[in-house]
Amino acid sequence: MDKIASGSRFAGGEDQGDKLFRWLVTGLAVGTIVLLALIIFLVFGDARSALLQFGLSFLTTAIWDPVAERFGALAFIYGTLVTSAVALLIAGPISVGAALFLTEYVPKWLREPLSFLIELLAVIPSIIYGLWGLFILAPLMRDAVEPFLQNTLGQVPVIGALFSGAILGRDMLIAGVILAIMILPTVTAVSREVLRAVPDTQREGMIALGATKWEMIQGAVLPYAKAGIAGASVLGLARALGETMAVTMVIGNSSSAISPSLFTPGYTMASAIANQFTEADSEMYFSALVAVALVLLLVAALVNVAARLLVWRVARGPQGSARL
Amino acid sequence: MEGSDITVGSGGALTRDQDGIWQRRRLVDVFMTVLITVSALIGVAVLLAILAYVVINGAPALNLDFFTQRPLPYGEVGGGVAPAILGTLYMLFVAGLIGVPIGVGTGIYLSEYAGTRLAPAVRFTIDLIAGLPSIVIGVFVWALLVRHLVGHFSGLAGSVALAIVMVPIITRTVEEVLRLVPGSLREAALALGVPRWRTILRVVLPTARSGVTTGVVLAMARAGGETAPLLLTSLGNQFFNTNLLQPMAALPVQIYNYASSPFADWHTKAWGGALVLIATIGVLSLVTRLATRGQRPG
Amino acid sequence: MRFGFKWSLLAVLLVVVLAACTNTSTTAPTATASSGVSQAPGAQGTASQTSSVTGATSGRPAGAGLINGPYPGEARNLNGAGATFPAVLYTKWFSDYAQLTGVQINYQSIGSGGGIKAISDRTVDFGASDAPLTDEQLKAVKGGQLLHIPTTLGGVAVTYNIPGVSKQLKFTPETLSGIFLGTITKWNDPKLVADNPDAGLPGNNIVVVHRSDGSGTTNIFTDYLSNVSSDWKSKVGVGTSVNWPVGLGEKGNEGVSAGVKQNPNSIGYVEVIYAIQNKLGVGLLKNKAGNFVQPSTETVSEAAAGVAQSIAPDLRASIVNAPGANAYPIAGLTYILIYQQQTDKAKAIALTRMLWWGIHDGQKYTTELGYSPLPQEIVSKVEDKILSVTVNGQQAFPGK
Repeated sequence: MDKIASGSRFAGGEDQGDKLFRWLVTGLAVGTIVLLALIIFLVFGDARSALLQFGLSFLTTAIWDPVAERFGALAFIYGTLVTSAVALLIAGPISVGAALFLTEYVPKWLREPLSFLIELLAVIPSIIYGLWGLFILAPLMRDAVEPFLQNTLGQVPVIGALFSGAILGRDMLIAGVILAIMILPTVTAVSREVLRAVPDTQREGMIALGATKWEMIQGAVLPYAKAGIAGASVLGLARALGETMAVTMVIGNSSSAISPSLFTPGYTMASAIANQFTEADSEMYFSALVAVALVLLLVAALVNVAARLLVWRVARGPQGSARL
Repeated sequence: MEGSDITVGSGGALTRDQDGIWQRRRLVDVFMTVLITVSALIGVAVLLAILAYVVINGAPALNLDFFTQRPLPYGEVGGGVAPAILGTLYMLFVAGLIGVPIGVGTGIYLSEYAGTRLAPAVRFTIDLIAGLPSIVIGVFVWALLVRHLVGHFSGLAGSVALAIVMVPIITRTVEEVLRLVPGSLREAALALGVPRWRTILRVVLPTARSGVTTGVVLAMARAGGETAPLLLTSLGNQFFNTNLLQPMAALPVQIYNYASSPFADWHTKAWGGALVLIATIGVLSLVTRLATRGQRPG
Repeated sequence: MRFGFKWSLLAVLLVVVLAACTNTSTTAPTATASSGVSQAPGAQGTASQTSSVTGATSGRPAGAGLINGPYPGEARNLNGAGATFPAVLYTKWFSDYAQLTGVQINYQSIGSGGGIKAISDRTVDFGASDAPLTDEQLKAVKGGQLLHIPTTLGGVAVTYNIPGVSKQLKFTPETLSGIFLGTITKWNDPKLVADNPDAGLPGNNIVVVHRSDGSGTTNIFTDYLSNVSSDWKSKVGVGTSVNWPVGLGEKGNEGVSAGVKQNPNSIGYVEVIYAIQNKLGVGLLKNKAGNFVQPSTETVSEAAAGVAQSIAPDLRASIVNAPGANAYPIAGLTYILIYQQQTDKAKAIALTRMLWWGIHDGQKYTTELGYSPLPQEIVSKVEDKILSVTVNGQQAFPGK
């Protein structure tokens, strides 16, 4: 803030170089806005004919038939939501646990190396998760985890439907698990920032009252950080929604009708685009795929904005700028 | 929460009944401690599992041919991924030429001209670009460059896609580290009559040098592993190519192609590529982490 | 160690970039947008067009052995993309061709749909597809008259992976369409057992693996299924991408073979070579004459023999469910797609020389890689097509 003051103080003395420099960086900054506008404009432009042709039914039907040129993205939207939800259900609790461990439990000397290790998960490229998912995780899920789930949870009424059907080794559950691993570092890192923003006086108060550590966390830390942790989860969700390669390699890429079972192969919006984009050989097919990209773009933007609002509410200032 | 409030609030001497409650509280505490510790361990264990598999499966692929030869026709054992490694480095370099000035410039704008009305809009834009699914970036660059301006798949299109991935990462880091430069430094320079632009370039930026470098390296590491946008833009190439206007191979795309092939030798090469990629990115992350230790909070 | 390696490479790259910036003249992006007005869209090139071409050569050039080294003035790089069905052959071709002539032909197997789209948008120098373009697709192309150049023949193998079953399985049109329609879901379905009484088929669910990308292999396969099953024709139809009733999708012939290999009790369809190289089970198919046939060079050639004489002038043809006694029923021609009016002379020369080499010298690779050579009648028709390619009104093929 001081620099603005100094800037305005010297505003009268701005020389040619200053003006040029200001225009240059302003130009670059405005360039990013132009870029985003161009992205939206071009994507919308190519999606237009499909949107005009199918209207709202593009979002509400699950037919994807390139032969008859009838397109509805519901199955892809469903696949995206289901895999992201599975990812969040698995990664959410684990991430909050890991963040708590890093802020409340671990000795100081171990804190940095440990959080570095978990953050390393965030720099592993998507393609490597895909490779690992395809050759290591998928066979493990197919041969051990999924038969186990089918024999146990699969027998329970109602939720049993989630674990029914043939086990193919490529399905939405595996995609969800891979996504869970991928968003784990994001949710952990942001939760950790949020937890660190909780004032120590909160903790000290509880401890002084004789609370156990968990009671302190439960009574003083978590309520304070609740909104921020929700924001962290939504930020993880944002990452899961747009993830492409890893999901494409394990989800099974099949656009057949929506089924309640997590064991059915499916498509997410991103994997559908990756698989079919360079191959859409009719105008309408192409336009429909770009329309999927448009929907994905809008959903990702909305979720990102929501996440940032939630995180900012808790942790403001440079400390809270844990943006990933 | 409710139970703990009451017990903690009640205080006073311990009766036998309260002793039992204390026991239960201790038990819950221990249980949660274990649960929380296990959560953290899961993260580390998964990381180690991935790294271990990449190293074990990838190491046998690494030999001189792997780094110097081009891929062989289908089903033939041998050859390497040299065009892909070179292509990735090449496209990263060009992406840096495009993305670093934009990213650093925008970061300077957000930090040094933060008072303007445009700044929040720019910051919001950067957040949105950062949140763009990379496949959508691919669709955009395809529509702009592959279909129109260049007219065909090209390394240039791939570079532009990677640059778009890099910009928000660089901008955010630069903004953040420039904000940490004390205002007194700027004031001192300005008081000496140094113009503002020279103050920023000669005093502020150099002070935050290592932070800016971190941002650039992190962005490179992130872009270097991108696959999805390259599928739609740089396409791939089994020959060496240094012409930016021609299709260009990239290591992540090569890994994808090899992984989805049915040949055992190609699977090994996919793991080998993964090992090279992960080792490069891991070392870069570690080095920047060590280099900037103590300069940034956290 | 990696670190140092990378930075030193980056330094080297700086030099390379500078070098490349001065060397971009080899690519001349085609700028002329509108397609040729002289031909009605969708009209097919015929052999008679060849005579109207003001060619430098008189008489028909020799076949094999004509192209034996570099040619001055031809482009050093060509880019193609498309079908995965002939990718095994093409990568072999282009690897050897690069050694012979120094021309590097980059081929990316992204699927036939992708090949059609890429050549239609002119984002590549040539496309490749196992599915001939439909009349509608031909109208949509942006570079004028598009030629279909057949390069080889191949069969689509029905491939499966059932642990414990070693006997070669037999499939009829009914069982095959039933499996892919999802009406036959278990391996011990009575219909399957009737054809394979002593195979010991298990009671497991059938895992159907199909293509997730736009595929000429899919086109041939669905063309066959539509031919033999009215249910399939009405519910799914023919195309490079179709709305699959069941199963999981994998990208490319590579992906489907990998999917079948990795999933027990699965069935899929791939170009024959992919099944052979992966040591997967290959089914015997009941053909039109009522015999159970193995996909092979001979049986696929027999399927093509019938059509060779009567093939349409534009060389678009379907050879599924062919009548011969030993004709393999799921077979097809695969095509390279190029524009008749080329705009870049260097590329046009390189392209026509490569194609000439491919349909003559290149045919010797076909059988060892599991394809079938083009019948002689078709080769001479393809020669006419290659000779009809022009650049700036001149015949593009230099005759040697």
